[in-house]
Amino acid sequence: MAWFKKDRPTGGDSGKKPKFQEGLWLKCNHCREIIYRKEVERNAKVCPKCEYHFPISVEDRIDLLLDLGTFREWDAELAAADPLHFKDTKRYRDRLLDAQQRTGKKDALITGEGRINGARVVLGVFHFGFMGGSMGSVVGEKVILAADRALRERVPLVLVITSGGARMQEGILSLMQMARTAAAIGRLAEACIPYIAILTDPTFGGVTASFAMLGDVILAEPKALIGFAGPRVIEQTIRQQLPQEFQRAEFLLEHGIIDLIVPRKRLKETLSSIIAFF
Amino acid sequence: MREYLDFEKPLAELEEKLDKLSAAATSRTGAQEDLTKLRARLHQLQTEIYAGLTPWQRTQVARHLQRPSTLDYIGRICDNFVELHGDRAFADDHAIVGGLARMNGRPIVVIGHQKGKTLKERMHRNFGMPNPEGYRKALRLMRLADKFRKPVVTFIDTPGAYPGIGAEERGQAEAIARNLMEMATLKTPIVSVVIGEGGSGGALAIGVADRLLMMQNSVYSVISPEGCAAILWNDAGKAPEAAEALKMTARDLQDLGILDEIIPEPMGGAHRDPMFACDAVKKSIEIHLTALQELPLETLLQQRYDKYRRIGVLAT
Repeated sequence: MAWFKKDRPTGGDSGKKPKFQEGLWLKCNHCREIIYRKEVERNAKVCPKCEYHFPISVEDRIDLLLDLGTFREWDAELAAADPLHFKDTKRYRDRLLDAQQRTGKKDALITGEGRINGARVVLGVFHFGFMGGSMGSVVGEKVILAADRALRERVPLVLVITSGGARMQEGILSLMQMARTAAAIGRLAEACIPYIAILTDPTFGGVTASFAMLGDVILAEPKALIGFAGPRVIEQTIRQQLPQEFQRAEFLLEHGIIDLIVPRKRLKETLSSIIAFF
Repeated sequence: MREYLDFEKPLAELEEKLDKLSAAATSRTGAQEDLTKLRARLHQLQTEIYAGLTPWQRTQVARHLQRPSTLDYIGRICDNFVELHGDRAFADDHAIVGGLARMNGRPIVVIGHQKGKTLKERMHRNFGMPNPEGYRKALRLMRLADKFRKPVVTFIDTPGAYPGIGAEERGQAEAIARNLMEMATLKTPIVSVVIGEGGSGGALAIGVADRLLMMQNSVYSVISPEGCAAILWNDAGKAPEAAEALKMTARDLQDLGILDEIIPEPMGGAHRDPMFACDAVKKSIEIHLTALQELPLETLLQQRYDKYRRIGVLAT
């Protein structure tokens, strides 16, 4: 059981090293620097060293984007069933219960309406902490219901996305959510209702390959990992090391796949002027 | 040369015996009788094995190297076929084929994944795993169908969209997403047939349809059993368990309300009698296209939307 020993110099100097107190310091996911947690929090959860944007909670995201107190949640009661009676090392039913208890949410997407600098929008925000933000029947249904309302009331749709992709535990039903959500976005497009996708770290798989890539405008947060296949799958397939900044937002921008990278602190203002254009 | 799957080993022995016996049949009295008996036993054994196929075994049949491919089906069921190439932007993807065809005189645009049979062919076809330009070629052909109001028939047979650096650079996710959206509103009937392996988003990207049909031994899933086992069981060796859990057979999809029809295969799988399989596929496509082409466009599109709108199960 020498998990950490080999990295430490021998000679008993471990006592002199600064101890990272749980909660006080944290390690940046991107530059690996040790940073002061309070400083990160004051900085809209952005690393002061490398500008990496840490994931933020759904509540913080809503506060960041919408005018204070204007958010009204819809369809909060929608919850997943277990149509496949799926069981791997654990039952899907138990995984769901676990995630619901841990997050206080019914599933991985929160939807509702609110105002951005006075302008009405339909807003959806993904919660990565709920089974990796994965899309099953509930997420699919909520995207469609949000799009339907945006269409009915002729209000722009804004989705803040982070997801590992389709939820395997719902099998083919989760795959079909890709088609359903894309069809709903197609209806919005035909009715000329603007839809803005904001991609945050990380966004992958069946979510990227459906509504996430269908925005009239696609924004991303700096350094967010965004792709179709996960880096591990690609590495195993091609048996090569991947380029350093592969699948980062900057890489996607360079390849013409997204419209713009917007730092978190300027997101509301940018979003507001985009919405005003339509 | 027949290729046998693991669970077909008893059949292999019996068939070998049968071949030997029929070669020597004329030189011995009573041989005819033995032959008849042996054939009956073979048939019985085959029926038993195929009646009880597990989802994992069915996956292997769906992936069988000799299984009829998209081009086999097109060659057999279409009166003629003019293949069209390329996405007019980057390249011609050999993992997706498509073009203009006639089936019983009816003009159709036909598109499908192409896997290939020999190793050389399979490499040329990238094992049926398309890059973005493959999906964009498919979309170009579907728009052509839309413009000239010709129905679209697609054949699905892929392990999935190719996970490569170039694919990501050129927007694999965008290519798939765009197809899903455009197929949902394409102003012409679409019939999709899963002929082998329906691998995730890479399959769905040419599979949003008014009618979804599956061959009896085909599979369709959100992730391969191996991939699912590696992630959820942490052990790719648990693929048989994953195949079971994912509910990926034609029967499963029918139970889940996603499928419109299961097309029967000959005993032992489509590769045992490709003509039988092709004719069954042709008959089904004919019936569905005829019905769909009678619908007013608005009804067709509304029914397509409603069909997808209903999919999914929520807690009550």
